[in-house]
Amino acid sequence: MPISAFLTDASVCIGCKACEVACKEWNHIPDDGFAWSGQSYDNTQALGASTWRHVLFLEEKQPMGPQLAGIEEPFRWQFLSDVCKHCENAGCLEACPTGAIIRTEFESVYVQPDVCNGCGYCVVSCPFGVVDKNHDVGTAFKCTFCYDRQRDGLMPACAKACPTKSIRFGELEELRREAQVRIKELQDRGYNDAQTYDPTGSSVGGTHAIFVILGQPEAYNFPPAPEIPTIHLKSAWGSALVSALGVVLVVFLAFTR
Amino acid sequence: MPGLGTSFGRGGATTAPSDLVNSDAILIMGSNMAENHPVGFQWVIEARERGAKVIHVDPRFSRTSAMADIWAPLRAGSDILFLGGLIHYVLENNKDFREYVIHYTNASIILPEEFKDTEDLGGVFSGWDAKDRRYDGSSWLYGACVQGGQAAPRSAGPHSGHHKDGTGTGAAADLRDCECDPTLSHPRCVYQVVKRHYARYTPELVERFCGVSRERFLKIAETFCSASGPEKTGAICYALGWTQQSKGPQIIRAASILQLLLGNIGRPGGGILALRGHASIQGSTDIPTLYDILPGYLPMPNLGLDSHNLADYVATHRDPTGWWWNFDKYIVSLLKAYYGEGAKKENDWGFNWLPRVTGDHSHQGYFLEMLDGKVEGLFVMGQNPAVAGPNSRLERKALSKLKWLVVRDLVELETASFWYDSPEVERGELRPEEIATEVFLLPAAGHAEKDGCFTNTQRLLQWHQKAVDPPGDARNETWFMYHLGRRLKEKAKHDPRPRNAGLSALTWDYSLEGTMQEPKVEEVLQEINGYAVADHNLVSGFNELKADGSTACGCWIYSGVFPRLGENRANQRNSQDLWGHGWGFAWPADRRILYNRASARPDGRPWSERKKLVWWDEQNKEWTGLDVPDFTRTKAPNYQPAKHAQGDEALAGDKPFILHTDGTGWIFAPKGLADGPLPTHYEGLEAPVSNPLYPDQQSNPAAMRDERPENRYASSPDDRFPYVMSTYRLTEHHTSGAMSRMLPHLAELQPEFFCEISPELASERGIENGGWVTLMTARGIVEARALVTRRMRPLLIDGKMVHQVGVPYHWGYRGLVKGDSANDLVAISEEPNVRIMEAKGILCDVSPGRRARGKAALDQWNAHLGRK
Amino acid sequence: MVKEILTRWPVVRQILTHSDGTGVEAMSDRTRNLAPKHRDAQVARSVCPYCAVGCGQLVYHKDGKLVSIEGDPDSFISRGRLCPKGSDSFELLTHANRETCIKYRKPYSTRWEELELETAMDMIADRVWDTRERTFAEERDGEVVMHTTAMAHLGGATLDNEENYLIKKLFAAGLGMVCISNQARI
Repeated sequence: MPISAFLTDASVCIGCKACEVACKEWNHIPDDGFAWSGQSYDNTQALGASTWRHVLFLEEKQPMGPQLAGIEEPFRWQFLSDVCKHCENAGCLEACPTGAIIRTEFESVYVQPDVCNGCGYCVVSCPFGVVDKNHDVGTAFKCTFCYDRQRDGLMPACAKACPTKSIRFGELEELRREAQVRIKELQDRGYNDAQTYDPTGSSVGGTHAIFVILGQPEAYNFPPAPEIPTIHLKSAWGSALVSALGVVLVVFLAFTR
Repeated sequence: MPGLGTSFGRGGATTAPSDLVNSDAILIMGSNMAENHPVGFQWVIEARERGAKVIHVDPRFSRTSAMADIWAPLRAGSDILFLGGLIHYVLENNKDFREYVIHYTNASIILPEEFKDTEDLGGVFSGWDAKDRRYDGSSWLYGACVQGGQAAPRSAGPHSGHHKDGTGTGAAADLRDCECDPTLSHPRCVYQVVKRHYARYTPELVERFCGVSRERFLKIAETFCSASGPEKTGAICYALGWTQQSKGPQIIRAASILQLLLGNIGRPGGGILALRGHASIQGSTDIPTLYDILPGYLPMPNLGLDSHNLADYVATHRDPTGWWWNFDKYIVSLLKAYYGEGAKKENDWGFNWLPRVTGDHSHQGYFLEMLDGKVEGLFVMGQNPAVAGPNSRLERKALSKLKWLVVRDLVELETASFWYDSPEVERGELRPEEIATEVFLLPAAGHAEKDGCFTNTQRLLQWHQKAVDPPGDARNETWFMYHLGRRLKEKAKHDPRPRNAGLSALTWDYSLEGTMQEPKVEEVLQEINGYAVADHNLVSGFNELKADGSTACGCWIYSGVFPRLGENRANQRNSQDLWGHGWGFAWPADRRILYNRASARPDGRPWSERKKLVWWDEQNKEWTGLDVPDFTRTKAPNYQPAKHAQGDEALAGDKPFILHTDGTGWIFAPKGLADGPLPTHYEGLEAPVSNPLYPDQQSNPAAMRDERPENRYASSPDDRFPYVMSTYRLTEHHTSGAMSRMLPHLAELQPEFFCEISPELASERGIENGGWVTLMTARGIVEARALVTRRMRPLLIDGKMVHQVGVPYHWGYRGLVKGDSANDLVAISEEPNVRIMEAKGILCDVSPGRRARGKAALDQWNAHLGRK
Repeated sequence: MVKEILTRWPVVRQILTHSDGTGVEAMSDRTRNLAPKHRDAQVARSVCPYCAVGCGQLVYHKDGKLVSIEGDPDSFISRGRLCPKGSDSFELLTHANRETCIKYRKPYSTRWEELELETAMDMIADRVWDTRERTFAEERDGEVVMHTTAMAHLGGATLDNEENYLIKKLFAAGLGMVCISNQARI
């Protein structure tokens, strides 16, 4: 089966948050409370158990490509909708002890709410800080990649709603190609810092949600080289084995003295 | 709409969002389209991706600015200076689309000597009566009105603005037999008059008083004005940034003049897209719940001006030439729709049963009367004046003077609860035990719970299908009106006085369906469409309407939406092309781009292959193309009218603006607006500077302030209120918040009332981002959170720094998220044509800290007011 | 039966399918039967009630209840897309603070009371009739006036064309109310 993927493009995002609302409406996700952040127009602040799409707002002293906007100094305001990356090697899936987190036929990562026991191991294992526990319900939640909709051949709610098609849904390799075309297009038009965020070189092994961004990943709170904790598994087991042998050796030596 | 109506003939957007893909340049001004029309904005993004240049001019750097190619900060209230600067640029550099201008506009018309411009009279046009504060516009007329001894028509009334004739010297006028100069060089021809009028609107003046650097202004001028000519077009999008000013229609007129000079009206990718703000606000203007018009922009009769009898009324408003020659057909058909069999020739078709307008019966007008105890009862349906009305404090107090109030809405909104939880109760200004108002709050049906149609911003009627019944006692408004009317007609049956004749004659027999006994909504739409009285057969369009009582039609401009039984065109969803033919019904007659005759040359061929829309088919002798022609189909491009031709036949084959008596686009508006034939820069009713052009005319002389103790104004300038604020909307909320602050998923996106200020202003007043501030104007005091952002910036205006403050207006005292109402700060003022308030560019003070609570807030505010 | 239980046991399935316990074999019944909530629902074609763009909406409903509202991909205006407000249309109609009963406040009262719908309609008709009776002017200086300025109406931009038509028809043409306004100006 083709790999379902998102391509989210900052260059056409208008920061409207239709994606956040469409997601919450479709998935019956509750609100996150009504606290005002004072951080631009971002009162959502982070992905979590009850926010599966989060729009970032970045006011920067840099030009937006060829845009003539700054007065006396460059200025831009850009937006991007963040989402679960549905990693190729998913930290949450690897950490889950109950089999609640699975890989679907669309190659997305899905948390089964009826199986999850709320242990929280997945929460600390996600390099992007996406999955989280809902403390009222007691179990973990994150983007489902609208698994129920995909079953009927429908696109996810956020992609459908997005007014400017900043969020595109399709097949991973196809979207990767589109992203490259888009980057070239943008660079030709003067968006010199246009690049993709598609981290394939680390233990995560690539994500199924890729992005066209303007500037460095860090500006969007994206780790440039995300790692899943289980890469340390081999060395962790190795260290554990060595330590265990060491203890055995010490004990042996102590008792044979 | 009078801005567009006087310029082109109809008060409605000339184009549609999807047509923007055809634009080579898009100027968005007085609008924050990405935030307030996000899905419409997809077409701007498409255009941009295809190479169009998007320009945004606005006091704030908003989410629209973020997507624009060029942004310029603007001092709120200086829009006419900026647009006049663009007009100046076009005329000084001969960048107008000359052939279009000569044939399709009134640029070549020579004005009478009596006409004097503001440049001649220090800030007013000829005909200004300083005592009555009104214009007599007879010196602005041209054509037969001036020559041949024909008396200038009387004013259509001091109160009306939305109907076909507008305000001022608005009545029907004969503009034929005009002297013209097609070389555009005669000193009194419109082209030269306009050039002189805008001669001082230089890039330097724009820099000094708008706050836009000369360089950036010229870059914008160059970019936008190059989207002109046979191969290119540019569009202008505007919204309430322009309309909510004391000179709103004139700002739109300035944009209209620019678009006429650039030859952009009636062409793909051109036009003016008025971005309206509610689901069916275009509909509520077309089929008006407004005081001064009847459906289809027919005027309400005004006592003493046109109301003596039907013949007088028709004579006043029926234009001798142009499409409004058919005026009598439309009023008679409307009267037949209203009064049915009771409407007969002998009783003027029931004309005397229509109520007469005798004064200012607008929202502003009657709320002031209400405050003075002169209004007993009020119905409020789907509106929330307690939060969104201008000077909302005054409006809440006015509500407390009512004897009875009926509110119909989805939620218990602030207008329904004012008597126990408004700030006035908190401050002790009102006490529930002393408020006599009897209040009925009736739950209403939502859009998925009823059949019916909306008319959107592109004049498109779209039907929404009922999916489920409304819950509990909730009902739709057709149910409410029908059953209320049924009861009242029953009472009238036993009371045959003249006052009840109209009510008794009112046709009111719609079929009722279901357990709730809901009227069949399609029957109402059929009545709106029109039918032959004899057999009730539906008419296929307004061409079939007659003045002899044989047809009935509820709204002539909508005629054609339901041409035969079973064919509800508003409910059709078979879109064929970019403009959506086959999906919904656009008025008039499903023409998607208005004035599209102008998309062809005078000889009928398209201006270019790239910009073709409608053209003359010489073989079949008719207009054809990609849109329904907004023109008589069989009128040849070279048609010349006979000397005494009437109506549409009096207009030549190269005159696209068929509602106008001379068929031209009006660069100079000889009639229709109360405050002048040409847009002129005036400062707002409160301003930080004096009018640089006319020291003796600070603000629009014809605008009304309605000054009284509850509705005061700052001086211009005013040390107590040094900053310039404007109210606006955010994407996440909707108007007064009744449809968003009550909903968790929207409320959490923007939970608190905040204002946007620049780092410079924050530093000057010791305000920190995230802190609280108190905002005050001459009307009221509110508190808000402070969002300190680079997106706001002070502007150097005439040598001094002017700070601007952004104030979104969505909050009120009820809902999941609450806050003070920004409209407590806004005055009730009345632009002279449409009576809209000025909410942009008003003076305020901002200080750190929360306001005092309860009555102490008023003390705090009064103390500040006292500081003169 | 034993065989059925055994084969539904994830670890058994894992062994049988040689998989690693993170795929189909680990699915619960709920997951295996997952389907979009609007499968088999009826659809009404509608229009967003918020701003004036007029985006198309598909209103899904089953057994007289709303299931969900999303964009209509066939709309040439919106192409299936919706802004945050349009996307929240389902919540608009189903949220907990929606009024479904009449609320009535007597003059000088400090609280709401309940009222039957038909009673409320009768009372409102009486109020209208009574106010009109005392304030109606049939003529002034020999000219027809036929109006009252003591009753007013506000609203319309959020209402349907047919509703606005009946409001103007009854209130103005029938009752002579001239004070009629809505959000529209310009």
